[in-house]
Amino acid sequence: MSDRRLLTAAKLLVVAVLAFGIAILPRFLGEFRASQFTFVAIYFIALLGLNILTGYSGQISLGHGAFMMIGAYVGAILSLGRPGLELLGHEPASWLPLGDGMEPIFTLPIAGALTAVAGVLFGIPALRLAGVSLALATFAVAVSLPQLAKWDRLEDLTGGGGGIVLNLPATPFGLDISTRHWLYYQAWGTAAALFVTAWLMTRGRLGRAWRSVRDGEIAATASGVNGGLYKTLAFGVSSFYAGVAGALLAIEVSYVNPDTFPLTLSILLLASVVVGGLGSLSGVIVGALMLEFLPIYAQDPPLVPVAFSKQSPAVAFGALLILIMFLIPEGVAGLLRRMLRPFTNALVRRQNGGSPMPATPAGREEL
Amino acid sequence: MAEFLQQVVGGLAAGSIYASLALALVLIYRATDVINFAQGEMATFTTFVAWSLMNRGVDYWPAFALTLAIAFAFGVGVQRALIRPVENKPEIVVVIVTIGLLIALNGLTGWIWGAEVKSFESPFPNTTREIGGVTISTRDLGTLGICFVTVAVLWAFFRFTTVGLALRSSAVNPNAARLLGVRVTWMLALGWGFAAVLGAVAGMMAAPSVFLDPSMMLVVLIYAFAAAVLGGIDSPIGAVVGGLLLGVIVDLLGAYVVSPELRLPTALLVLLVVLIIRPQGLFGHVAVRRV
Repeated sequence: MSDRRLLTAAKLLVVAVLAFGIAILPRFLGEFRASQFTFVAIYFIALLGLNILTGYSGQISLGHGAFMMIGAYVGAILSLGRPGLELLGHEPASWLPLGDGMEPIFTLPIAGALTAVAGVLFGIPALRLAGVSLALATFAVAVSLPQLAKWDRLEDLTGGGGGIVLNLPATPFGLDISTRHWLYYQAWGTAAALFVTAWLMTRGRLGRAWRSVRDGEIAATASGVNGGLYKTLAFGVSSFYAGVAGALLAIEVSYVNPDTFPLTLSILLLASVVVGGLGSLSGVIVGALMLEFLPIYAQDPPLVPVAFSKQSPAVAFGALLILIMFLIPEGVAGLLRRMLRPFTNALVRRQNGGSPMPATPAGREEL
Repeated sequence: MAEFLQQVVGGLAAGSIYASLALALVLIYRATDVINFAQGEMATFTTFVAWSLMNRGVDYWPAFALTLAIAFAFGVGVQRALIRPVENKPEIVVVIVTIGLLIALNGLTGWIWGAEVKSFESPFPNTTREIGGVTISTRDLGTLGICFVTVAVLWAFFRFTTVGLALRSSAVNPNAARLLGVRVTWMLALGWGFAAVLGAVAGMMAAPSVFLDPSMMLVVLIYAFAAAVLGGIDSPIGAVVGGLLLGVIVDLLGAYVVSPELRLPTALLVLLVVLIIRPQGLFGHVAVRRV
């Protein structure tokens, strides 16, 4: 087992260096750049959840933007509370337990939990669907949920098409940093906690169960893994992540409305997970960076003296996606793993004198 | 009652557009076991091509015919260039490729033609006529007619020609078809071509009422998905019936029961209910899995 332990130590070192980098980054960034990296953290969280669902439990979701939307609305409504909503001219029904408004950071777990409930409720009927049908059903969710937020009966809660406008919170707990930097640390702190949680979940019994359901549900069931339970659980966990990401997004942009969460967001989320690498938590950071920065740089590419159209990011994104499926369907993480294999093998060989690691870890071949 | 029947006809006209696109999805699903998420964007792209042709002074019907030909070539090209290389890869890879195509085409359409909304000419006058006390718009009738003719021509092609037979055989049993000398991969490409033609028809029929913009078919695509699932994802007749039925259901619910914002969620509800209660749809076959 020493080879595994060594690899884990190497990984931990990389993660520690990254974490240190993220922690000191705001010192070198202005408000605007810090805000961009806050978005990276938000996408990172959503993509972690989506990767648990799609990469680990093998269920395709084209509806994660919609789950983010639920989290964002819950977060926004709770942080305003009843008085805040009434100040905006909304008249929420009197039986709803809305509270009197709370510090935005405390809305995160509640937004996550309520979105998780929605995810489980959707995940149970979705158990009957697999592959393409599930992609279809979630696609339909992504399109119709924003419509539902515009529904006039819900308008007193959701604000209809206009959405809900929030105030940018002041830095809480008497900390001596600007609000944008506080939001950066809030997002990355949450992201770090959720990353560790995801890592702990996927490396142990739970992760094994998810992977076995993904790679062969019948065989998994025969071995005593309750496929339905684990698939629903994956929906719940991944919606929790989406909900937290949505609530963070609402705080960062200071408003929520149905058009903040278009179908495109759901599609791009799935695309980014695939680019980063399905079933790889570290690949998620690549996906998150790409989701935030590709649209900016593809529109106005550095070093190239051509001003592209506003639509060029989409073209670049789509083409990149197809290209990655052709060349490295296992994503950037898979590519890295392949490139680093000679080194890891050498490391391991020196450690236990002989037998290198198996060429591909079990269950990774087909993606 | 007359108003009710008017709503039904309006629903049927919208439904015939959903049916065309649903049929395109079903054709591809039968041939290659793939749901083409880019079907709507392919339709939008070809509709913009039609708009460009007409903008250059080509009359409606020649432009219509030329667009169908271009759409066919486009569909064949997409299959050969993008889908064939990943044919034997896992499902999710193929799904992602069609999603990549969706994103890229949506962007490309906006890039070439701009994001502002354009109006698209309808070949039918904006008049109404009275049939048995019911006022029916000529446009609705024309849309229904065009979609009906397209579907009928395709049906005849599949039913009565040798190529049609070869196409059907490659969908049902590719190995046996190959042994009998059918060039299966080309048949699959033809299937994609016909699907693109159906999409182009749907796009050109939808454009006068929803106006031309790069994302105009996304909503139609959702209805088409729901229609295809309702009819049975592997049944061409099911797609047509499902499309018409969904058009009427959504139209009537939108007119009498729920507010217009809830039309899409209604389609979603239909989709979910069918998937849960009767996954094979009205006319589809139960999928048997070999363990």
